[in-house]
Amino acid sequence: MIAFLIKRLFHALLVMFVISVIAFAIQDNLGDPIQQMVGQSVPESEREALREELGLNDPFAVQYLRFAANAVQFDFGYSYVFNEPTTEVILRHLPATLELVAASTLLIIALSIPIGVYSAIKPRAWLSRLFMGVSIIGISIPVFLTAIVLIQLFAIGVSWSPFPGDTGWGAWLNDLLTTDGGMPAYGRGNPVPVFGTWETNFASLEGLTYLVLPAISLASIMLPLFIRLIRAEMLEVLQSDYVKFARAKGLSPRRIYFLHALKNTMLPVITVGGVQIGTLVAYTILTETVFQWPGMGLMFLDAIERSDIPLIVTYLMIVGLIFVITNTLVDLIYGLVNPTVKLTGKPA
Amino acid sequence: MTLNKTLLASVIGAAMTTAALSPAAAQAETTLRMAYDADPVSLDIHEQLSGGILQLSHMTFDPLVRWTRDLEFEPRLATDWEQVDPTTMRMTLREGVEFHSGNAFTAEDVVWTVERLKRSPDFKAIFEPIAEVTAVDAHTVEFTTAKPYPLLPNLATYIFPMDSAFYSGNDADGDPKDEIVKNGNSYASRHLSGTGPYEVTDRRQGVRIAFERNDAYWDESSPGNVDRIVMTPISENATRVAALLSGDVDFIAPVPPNDLARIRADEDAKLVTMSGTRIILFHMNQERVEAFQDPRVRQAFAYAINQQGIADRLMKGFATPAAQFSPQGYAGHVDSLAPRHDLEKAKQLMAEAGYEDGFEITMMAPNNRYVNDAKIAQAVAAMLARINVSVDLKTLPKAQYWGEYDDRAADMMMIGWHADTEDSANFHEYLTACPDADSGAGQYNAGNYCNPELDQLVAEANLEVDLAKRAEMLQQVEQALYDDAAFIPLHWQDLAWAATDNADIAPVLNVMNFPYLGDLVIAEE
Repeated sequence: MIAFLIKRLFHALLVMFVISVIAFAIQDNLGDPIQQMVGQSVPESEREALREELGLNDPFAVQYLRFAANAVQFDFGYSYVFNEPTTEVILRHLPATLELVAASTLLIIALSIPIGVYSAIKPRAWLSRLFMGVSIIGISIPVFLTAIVLIQLFAIGVSWSPFPGDTGWGAWLNDLLTTDGGMPAYGRGNPVPVFGTWETNFASLEGLTYLVLPAISLASIMLPLFIRLIRAEMLEVLQSDYVKFARAKGLSPRRIYFLHALKNTMLPVITVGGVQIGTLVAYTILTETVFQWPGMGLMFLDAIERSDIPLIVTYLMIVGLIFVITNTLVDLIYGLVNPTVKLTGKPA
Repeated sequence: MTLNKTLLASVIGAAMTTAALSPAAAQAETTLRMAYDADPVSLDIHEQLSGGILQLSHMTFDPLVRWTRDLEFEPRLATDWEQVDPTTMRMTLREGVEFHSGNAFTAEDVVWTVERLKRSPDFKAIFEPIAEVTAVDAHTVEFTTAKPYPLLPNLATYIFPMDSAFYSGNDADGDPKDEIVKNGNSYASRHLSGTGPYEVTDRRQGVRIAFERNDAYWDESSPGNVDRIVMTPISENATRVAALLSGDVDFIAPVPPNDLARIRADEDAKLVTMSGTRIILFHMNQERVEAFQDPRVRQAFAYAINQQGIADRLMKGFATPAAQFSPQGYAGHVDSLAPRHDLEKAKQLMAEAGYEDGFEITMMAPNNRYVNDAKIAQAVAAMLARINVSVDLKTLPKAQYWGEYDDRAADMMMIGWHADTEDSANFHEYLTACPDADSGAGQYNAGNYCNPELDQLVAEANLEVDLAKRAEMLQQVEQALYDDAAFIPLHWQDLAWAATDNADIAPVLNVMNFPYLGDLVIAEE
């Protein structure tokens, strides 16, 4: 176990090292940060002085070594835009993103397991077919479109009345097609401070209303995937010999489905899920942009737009770290669920 | 003392923010919730010369004089100004004005501010003409210029007197409080004390910035009745519009042209548009392309472009077609100059110059800097195809584009320009003056156009204190640039703002895009 964790730690360091080298190597293509810092009419001589001051004229190796020497002391430099250490900037934006991902993950878990299991147990029921149909649509709609449609429907509201409003059925149908809006369209509202830079949207009803639309649109990418994954795995497990044996033994269907079958269904789901949570962090870039959710994704996009290279490099390294951590956690959980798997990879 | 006061103010501000959440407190106050595409990068108004910083300056400070909607000067902290002799201007300052810190505003603050401006990398170039500022008495200052300089009142619109006592001394880290730091943490970038209508109470960069009305604001004739302003940056166009339509914010800017119709159609929102002062143009690089050295070729290009078509169809009327740098209201604006779209004439000129079969050029434009910039470039490329010029077009995000621009990486390059001085001479100095790396002249002249006579004329105009005479000289320059087809002007990009019905934004807006929010009136519900 300890050996496994130490191995993973080295793994994480390696990933962060590689990312930092790549990020540094491409920084020249990310644009000129000086251009973003000064006004249009600032003479070239002033720009050159600033460039020199920031060390942007030094060769790649010198710049990288300077960065690396500071980075091993946990100093990742100053953001050009925020004028603060990049780690502080990211730390301040991290809770918003983690809360959004957590809300989406809860949503995905709460919906995908029952729906997936149901449509595996009753593959021919019309409800199962409906779920499968909707999930295909869900997979194929890009997340920013989902987000914009959600804003239009539930934040701005639509009134659509194609049916005659003076008849009872017409009014009822029109009512069905009309939404009031009123949900917040952007930002986090007034989150409740917990400690330090962490403010939460989970602590108040008002905070939760801000979380609903972004969480749904973020979940909309992964939810269909998980429903289909759980369904497929469950169908396979239900065909296996031990399930047939359990049935023959006369165990109650509930016990078979939810104790024996579900447990084995979840093994591959956990592996995929862990990796996908990392991907979810990446997808927050789109969701956060549309909803102006003040998290890391929005911050990163702004950083790219403003050529804030130190912030870009730090962000990429931290996202790399998050990927390594989630993968490690997945492996640990996997070990708990399936004790036959040995973490260190030695044969059992 | 002053530091404690700021601390206290921010504590009170934070307390009020919480209080505002309870419905009873919210009703007593008028709050404006607004969304811009970006929030100010710093609280130090000398750190960057940009629209965002100037918008902040007008909310939290007051300039000596400011522009009215008709581009006239309106006295603010300076009540009167007179030219004592050709190189000296004397300004009388308003009495009884206090900074947010409680310090009294005096001539020393103006002197201190101008000296700081002359140290700021962004502002020092435009404050170059001022040789000396002296405080004659507590409420009189004298500006001395090395040479006669007609634009001092224009410069005064950039002088937002800062609280010299508040910004003097050292901060907790031992750094001077008046330090101007581009990349790093400075006292002035986090603390603010001005004379303006609003005080900053809470600032979380990239998330929001909150303002509270300055109770002791000197301008008692201001109709403004807004007690609190909460500004949120929303960079995504669609979200900004959605936030207004859903009632989450009361005021947004800029409004993307694609959503103008949507806002007009909405019952609870209103739209204000104005012809802007930012000229969008293409340079034709004479150094890279020999053909561009022939004025007939440049004229042919100018004749081939249909500015009206771009403004009508591409910009959906959200632009004013241009044939010169200076928009209406500027000294150099020549009324008679109109876009000269004439395809036959263009073909004939190309033939005369010996290029009837055309040639190949490269073109670059940004794709997220100006409204519809990439589409405009595509349209221009298509129009040039009709005079047999084949264009290899590349569009780039602005972060990468300006590096290419500095390298003059293509034969035709797009740029938009707003004159910081709201004056015609500025256009020529940066965009069409003979490039000179030492003096900084023609810094953005990607056409390498060079006409020493015009440079001379502009230099003389800048010494001419007789404004009517000066305007005539600047108009000569515009006419000559037009005749020579030194560049291809496209249009002045329009400005648009939108607000909920009860916010009366129209009177506080202007072409510089500095809404005077101190004077904003929100009708009681």
